[in-house]
Parts: sequence; structure tokens; C-alpha cells
Amino acid sequence: MTDLLQHAFNGLVNGSFYALLALGLAVIFGMLGVVNFAHGAFYMLGAFGAFILLNEAGVNFWVALLVVPLALGAVGMALERLLVRRLVALDPLYNFLLTFGLTLILQDLLRMKYGSQPQPYPQPAGLRGTVDLGLFDFPAYQVFVLVFSVLVSVGAWLLLARTRVGMIIRAATERPELTRAMGIDVGRWISPVFGFGIALAALSGVLAAPMRAVSPLMGADLIILVFAVVVIGGLGSIFGSVAAGFLIGMLQALGNVYVPGLATTSVFILMAVVLLWRPAGLFGREETAV
Amino acid sequence: MSPLLSVQCINASYGEAQVLRDVSLDVAAGEVVTLVGRNGAGKTTLLRCLMGLHRPTAGTVTLDGADITGLPAHRRARRGLGLVPDDRGIFASLSVEENLRLPPGISDSAWSMDRVYESFPVLKERRKFPGTKLSGGEQQMLAIARVLRMGARLLLCDEPTEGLSPVLVRQIGDILRDVKAAGVTVLLVEQNVRFASTVADRHYLLAQGRVAQTLDNTEVKEREHELLEYLGI
Repeated sequence: MTDLLQHAFNGLVNGSFYALLALGLAVIFGMLGVVNFAHGAFYMLGAFGAFILLNEAGVNFWVALLVVPLALGAVGMALERLLVRRLVALDPLYNFLLTFGLTLILQDLLRMKYGSQPQPYPQPAGLRGTVDLGLFDFPAYQVFVLVFSVLVSVGAWLLLARTRVGMIIRAATERPELTRAMGIDVGRWISPVFGFGIALAALSGVLAAPMRAVSPLMGADLIILVFAVVVIGGLGSIFGSVAAGFLIGMLQALGNVYVPGLATTSVFILMAVVLLWRPAGLFGREETAV
Repeated sequence: MSPLLSVQCINASYGEAQVLRDVSLDVAAGEVVTLVGRNGAGKTTLLRCLMGLHRPTAGTVTLDGADITGLPAHRRARRGLGLVPDDRGIFASLSVEENLRLPPGISDSAWSMDRVYESFPVLKERRKFPGTKLSGGEQQMLAIARVLRMGARLLLCDEPTEGLSPVLVRQIGDILRDVKAAGVTVLLVEQNVRFASTVADRHYLLAQGRVAQTLDNTEVKEREHELLEYLGI
């Protein structure tokens, strides 16, 4: 029983990364209708950002946790203004290709400089060792990742549910044209929302650095799974993507123990089942016929 | 006095299909004017062109003497155009109260929340409900109340009585008369000519994308049968 709980807890920690990444993807997809394939690359850049800051400038984890998401969020806003915006009016496939191409370029640039060998990143001081969770001991850093991710998710939810900006984003996600007819300059919010989604990806990258090795391909492995998480949660559903993130992290960890061969496949089987049963995803809203 | 809204020779199309041909019309401040016409006559497209949601291929739109033809929708809204779309346009992911608070107040004539709730008590009762959990009539009230709260000077109402029961149609009629009494101008798309003649001052008959005739209320009453037959109702 304790074993099971420990695996489940481990799964929740992995789920934290899915949740934060899926949240950013869902916000971007909802507001722009863009499937941002480069999300995994920005996760990787987040981890590399922390790694480079530490090795080149001696900047510690806590500063990186603040600075790297802000900086990459700004890069995201620039990317939206310079490239993504120009393709939005065309078929969604164009932006998918753009972000896919960008992913390959970013991966190869880092591979040229650092090679594809995973690089270690030390655990931040104060979060080494384990904490006693009553039933079992658990690495302190993992506990931090889980708590921090839950706080960020709750914060994002409060922002969307309780503030005027959140209201505008919800309205514009649902019906952009009508929102403009209500006197709101929707275009003004698109760049910040894109930047916010990218910043969340970068944040999970920084969080991942001390737990997982830093490597140019770390995002590519993850992003396909996160797409499945977003689909299961319901495309564009903020709450759904976060809930599905934690849920799938847990299922995967338990799957790993009981049916080791199927752990990753099971996510896609789940996705197929959910799509057959509820085409809009677990928490998605069915589109009403116009 | 120059009209509040003046439309000059608007042409619009969807792809190859031309929907509006040289449509011109004027609406004076304080008037209620209807656009009557069959399905597909171009009524909704005209409203979308006025709101800035569809780009006309030619023609100009003037609001209060200023050319607004090139302005984006949100800037037209801030100049006092308020759209009540044909599907009511209620946001499902926003509560009733959020639907009301979404548009920014654009002028001193913007209704306060208190005034909205006083005029539409049912919306106060349901203010925590998701917008689309309201009945059709309540959604229509919400759509109208929303643009009044913004302080719109000219309401563009697309078939507000469609699908409503006779009791609710009368209620919408009362609301539109109140709106007019409050000094707000209304351009109303309506197939129900009998209803239209009870709220409007003048009528434009739109056929195949053109203004076919302009009618006053007496003419509408005299020719009601002919019009109903023409509209296919």
C-alpha cells in the first residue's frame, strides 16, 4: 500500500510537468487557435537557460526560476509578433509547420554547442535530501516541484476566473469576433497570452533541470505526450489540461509498476477511448452547432 | 440635421457571391428603423458591415458625421455601436454578470449595473448563472442589456424576436420602446413586420441585396398581407 502511494506520488510529480506544459499549450491554443509545436523546445530552453546561467554566470536556481521564464516569455511575445501573427489567418497547418521547424532549429543549435549528452544540474541548496511524508520519505526537491506546480496552476486559474483580464481571455477564446464587437481590442491580448504560455513552458523547464538531465532533446520526448494530455483534458480547457496532466502522470507511474511495457502507450490508448466517448475531451465544452 | 448613421452605396460579398449591392440608408438620432427582407436578402451581412465584422468591397459608413468605414470593430463599439447578434451572442464561459461587465463603459450614458438589474430583475436573479443557462427570452434581454450597459448610442439588433413566444415578443417590444424613450437609436432586423410596425418609425425593405423600398408604418399596415406573402411567412 505504501508502495502504491509512493508510486502515485511520484506520478503526481511527473504530472506537474505535464500540467504546466499542457496549461500553456491550452491557453495558446484557446486564444490563437495555434498548436504550438515549439512548446517542448521552450521547455528545453528553460532548462538550458538555468544551466547556462549557472555555469557561465554562477546564477543560482532561485534567480533562474524567476528570470528564465520572464526572458523566454518575452522571446515568445516577439515570436508571436514577428512570425506566428503573420500565419494566423492561413490554415492552422502553417503555424504547426513554423513551430515544428523552429523546434528543429533550436534543438540543433544547442546540440552544436553542448552535444546531445545529458548535462547534470545540481539540486538547489536547501532542497537536497528527503522529507518525511508520514508514510514514506520523499526527495525534498520533488515535493517542492509538486507544491510549486499546484500553486502556479491555482494562480493561473484564479487569474482566468477572477480577474478582468481573465474574463477577456475567456471571452476571446470562446468568440473572438463578438468580443471585439463588445469594444475589446482582442489583438492587444494575443502577444501577452502567447508569451504567458511560453513562460509556463520555460518555468517547467527550469523546474525539470535539477530532476532530469539537461539535453537538447528533452522537450521533444515530452511534447507528444503533452499533446495527448491536452486532448484528453479537452482542447482549450484550462482546468481540463491541468487536471489531465496530474491524472496522466499518476496513471503512467502506476502503469510503469504494474504493466511496464505499456506505460507510455497506455496514455494514447486512454486518449483514443476518451475521444470515442467524449469527443470534446474530459472537460471540454461541446461546440454548439451554429 | 445630419443623420446619426449614414450608409452610402455599400457593396459586400462572400467570395464570389455578391450579397449587398449599393445599399444606402440613413438613421436619424432617436429613430427606430427596421430592415425587412427574406432570408438571404443580406440583412445580417449589412449589420456585420456596420459593426466592422465584415469588410465591404465598396461604400462608406458614417457615424455622427465621422467616416468609420475603415475602423476595426472594437473602435466602432467604443464610438457607440452596440451589436445584438442573431444568435444573441451570449458567452457560455462567462456568468450573466460577467457578460454584462465585459464591455467597457464608453460614455456617461452607460447604464450602471443597478440600473440594468432594476430594468431586468430576472438578470439579477440569475447573475451567477453561466450565460447560456438562461432561456431564449432571458438571453435576448441579456444581449440588449449588455450593450446598454456599455452605453451604446445605436443598437444593431438582429431579429430579437426570432423563436420567442408571443408573450416574450411583446416584452421585447416594451424593452425596445423603453430603449427608444431613453434616447437610444435602433436599427432592427426583423421578419415579423407586424411586430416591426409596433416599435419602428420607418422600414427599409431589402431584396436581393438592394434597398427595394422604404415604407412608413401606415404603408406597412396597409400592405401587411402583401409583405407577409413576399417574405414567405
